[in-house]
Amino acid sequence: MVGKIMNKQNGKYLIKGEKGNWEVIIGLEVHAQVISKSKLFSGSSTKFGAEPNTQVSLVDSAFPGMLPVINEYCVQQAIKTGLGLNAKINHYSVFDRKNYFYADLPQGYQISQYKNPIVGEGNITLDLPEGTKNVGIERLHLEQDAGKSIHDIDPNNTYVDLNRSGVALMEIVSKPDLRSPDEVNAYIKKLRSIMRYLGTCDGNMQEGSLRADVNISVRKVGDKKLGTRCEIKNVNSIKFMQMAIAYEAQRQVELLESGKSVDQETRLFDTKKNETRSMRSKEDAHDYRYFPDPDLLPLNLDKKLIEKIKKNLPELPDQKKERFIKNYALNTYEANVLVSEKEISDYFEEVVETSDIKLAKNWIMGDLFASLNEKNISISQSPVTAKIMAQLINSISSGIISGRTAKEVFEIMKETGEEPNKIIESKGLQQKSDPKELEEIIDKILNNNKDKVEQYKSGKDKLFGFFVGQVMKESEGKANPKLVNEILIKKLK
Amino acid sequence: MTELTKKSLTEITNLIKKKEIKSEELTESFIRNIEKDKKLNSFITKCSESALKKAKNFDKKPELKKLLPGIPIAVKDLFCTNGVKTTAGSKMLENFIPNYESTITNNLWNEGAFLLGKLNCDEYAMGSSNETSYFGNVMNPIAKNTVPGGSSGGSASALAANLTPTTIGTDTGGSIRQPASFTGTVGLKPTYGLCSRWGIVAFASSLDQAGPMTKSVEDCALMLEAMAGFDEKDSTSINKKKENYSKNLSDKIKGLKIGIPKEYRVENMPKEIDKLWENGKKILKESGAEIIDITLPNTKYALPTYYIVAPAEASSNLARYDGVKYGFRSNRGNNLLEMYENTRSEGFGDEVKRRILIGTYVLSSGYYDAYYLKAQKVRYLIKNDFDQVFKKVDAILTPSTPSSAFKIGEKKDDPISMYLNDIFTVPVNLAGIPAISIPAGTDNNNYPLGLQLIGKPLDEQKLLNIAFAAEKKINFKQTLKKWWEK
Repeated sequence: MVGKIMNKQNGKYLIKGEKGNWEVIIGLEVHAQVISKSKLFSGSSTKFGAEPNTQVSLVDSAFPGMLPVINEYCVQQAIKTGLGLNAKINHYSVFDRKNYFYADLPQGYQISQYKNPIVGEGNITLDLPEGTKNVGIERLHLEQDAGKSIHDIDPNNTYVDLNRSGVALMEIVSKPDLRSPDEVNAYIKKLRSIMRYLGTCDGNMQEGSLRADVNISVRKVGDKKLGTRCEIKNVNSIKFMQMAIAYEAQRQVELLESGKSVDQETRLFDTKKNETRSMRSKEDAHDYRYFPDPDLLPLNLDKKLIEKIKKNLPELPDQKKERFIKNYALNTYEANVLVSEKEISDYFEEVVETSDIKLAKNWIMGDLFASLNEKNISISQSPVTAKIMAQLINSISSGIISGRTAKEVFEIMKETGEEPNKIIESKGLQQKSDPKELEEIIDKILNNNKDKVEQYKSGKDKLFGFFVGQVMKESEGKANPKLVNEILIKKLK
Repeated sequence: MTELTKKSLTEITNLIKKKEIKSEELTESFIRNIEKDKKLNSFITKCSESALKKAKNFDKKPELKKLLPGIPIAVKDLFCTNGVKTTAGSKMLENFIPNYESTITNNLWNEGAFLLGKLNCDEYAMGSSNETSYFGNVMNPIAKNTVPGGSSGGSASALAANLTPTTIGTDTGGSIRQPASFTGTVGLKPTYGLCSRWGIVAFASSLDQAGPMTKSVEDCALMLEAMAGFDEKDSTSINKKKENYSKNLSDKIKGLKIGIPKEYRVENMPKEIDKLWENGKKILKESGAEIIDITLPNTKYALPTYYIVAPAEASSNLARYDGVKYGFRSNRGNNLLEMYENTRSEGFGDEVKRRILIGTYVLSSGYYDAYYLKAQKVRYLIKNDFDQVFKKVDAILTPSTPSSAFKIGEKKDDPISMYLNDIFTVPVNLAGIPAISIPAGTDNNNYPLGLQLIGKPLDEQKLLNIAFAAEKKINFKQTLKKWWEK
């Protein structure tokens, strides 16, 4: 390896070559499956995981004489997404046929949008550790998904499942504004978050509802001209995407530094070998023979429809973040974390509605997130509902239990989902907050340790902690620490 | 009572409505004619048994208010028919049985008609002589070894030979009007979008339109009434109220303006056709219409434009016949690509392959702008020619074809000369407007010749009325000897 990655020098991801530093230029084409009960041009269901070929209409399987009819809901979902990306909605757009042969493409063409997409230029704000960054969106268009070829059921035959055939996808193309694997990570996460807020794509990468092709090139720092790019197809997780980018950028730098050139081509990422390899060169690239689909009329969008969708847009992550910072006195980092998923922000807001904000954010981002990670579940699947989380926080605020005891209670809650009040009561975990009772215990401790009291009074301040410890031990940890402190200070004067 | 099959659709419909004949008797008569035919080859699939059964069922509980009560109808084998083989004249679909019914045939059945059989046509409707069918060429009943025209050649032949009382075809560049002209029958290509394309094997989606083929203009009005209607399953279907073409049919055309386009007077056109056209003008004038000379300056570009647009769409529409899901699959080939190549090489005929090649070429990167895009621009100009002219006239009168029916094999190996057959019909498809061909005379061989009337979009009623008036005055009589029954 010639080059060496200088990660985040001056906040920049650069590859250090023998002949200088190289910058990585990345653009993404994200394919996001539209949330819709039926497909883009047919009435078939889009439910994931059904038996193969059970959600296939005559249109999806391209029987003779079958015609596509646009699903208006999918159009609305695309408009909604476009608005969420601050993008221009095109009042006139056209569906084109992208022609190529494949066993899981029944029509022999994919209905897509080519010259006139439904959504034009927009942008996304990324929240990076070094601050925010604006990434341009080139376009968003609607298209049909293909079916699935299954090669591993039989050694001699390929099986085709058409359940996915005709499902609506939004292809969202970014400008070549991304500069590092970390930025790619932030971009995908933000895009996913916006679409989940909007309810237009569930963003589930495992189920294939979010897939991406990565366009990548490198250039010497300071160069204005873009280098020749390679496209890495269908990388199905953010981690693989980042690995593919790191490998591919390195490969291109090595090629260029050794005097060779980068070929414009489509490459595949091999997850086992952690490398990209050529799939087809520019010369072998398909000629898709795009032309307007004569079975469909151009899409003319009514201004009123767009206005109506705009008016009913939900609060989006960026707006919510601003509001959280303002209303709940959160810092940027905390706000970013809490708005990253709509479910998390909803949870947070439900908790703080009845309990202390500072405790709430610490508990949610601390113990609750740790428990979710540990169990690998989402916040909506957590046994600890917002309601009982608020109850727990209120028990701390009102002094019924200490923070330490609360952790004990939480351990039970996260397994059983039991109400903290019941746990505290059944286990007798309430704090001792009766001053008289505490005074008795403290007097007892001080009487039993007269020598230590003398030493304290003659200046050995550190012994204060010892007395507190003894009191807590005597009270089996239930003494209210705040009161204990106050009484001890008074008694030891 | 074989005479029954010679009657017009309107006549037999009235006989049934007056309960003077039964559907069974009528159906039997047509089945007898079909069985006697040894030469025409107009049927790919005969549905005699099921047709008789349906006729009997109809007679048990006759619904006489319907437009086509108890009428057996054979249709072009491009319409998908539920449970009945639909081949599109191709080996590719030789054994294809749809489990769905096209909207148009369904509309006919809803009006009381039922299926008598599936009629031969050029493969995927690509042809002007019905010689490209995988199921063999069709003969024109007017004379042995003459072509019936195409692509709806089987439909025209069966209709002229009284093997079906009426029929339906599809017209992408003249496929209804040219065979109608060649066989002395009436054929109408409606406004694009008036008749649903759902369930019709597609050739060129932006041009394809189903229409009636009948023995008279009156029949044509009746059939169009039964066929037309908005269909939400076809995005290009026009959403408008149904019209009563047959009830409103009238030969009162006084004061209507008829345009005569000078560009349709082509070189080397037979004198008989010129004469026919002149006669047409005379007749319409006699009926009170005003004849106006007009110009459609972009007419000469119509044929080349058509032979770019239609193959381009066809190349994409026919991609689905790949051997994967249904239809023919070659058993040769060791991988997917070889399977595709062999299936499509063996499954498609020469003319279909020729058009797929042309279509693929004109859409290819580097050629798209020069061919497909330019053709679309010219198409717009051609449509604009008609728009301009229709500000001044109500309809346009032209010959239907530049010649009468030719001999089988005469033009088979000369695609250009074959394509020239569509020179008068193609502009109408490019413009998406309606046109009707009616029998208007004969040539020296006594072969029929047709006149074409072209109308404004959705102005079918006026078009039918003018044709109705002309038909009365022309009084064309079909004189056929039943040579095909020997």
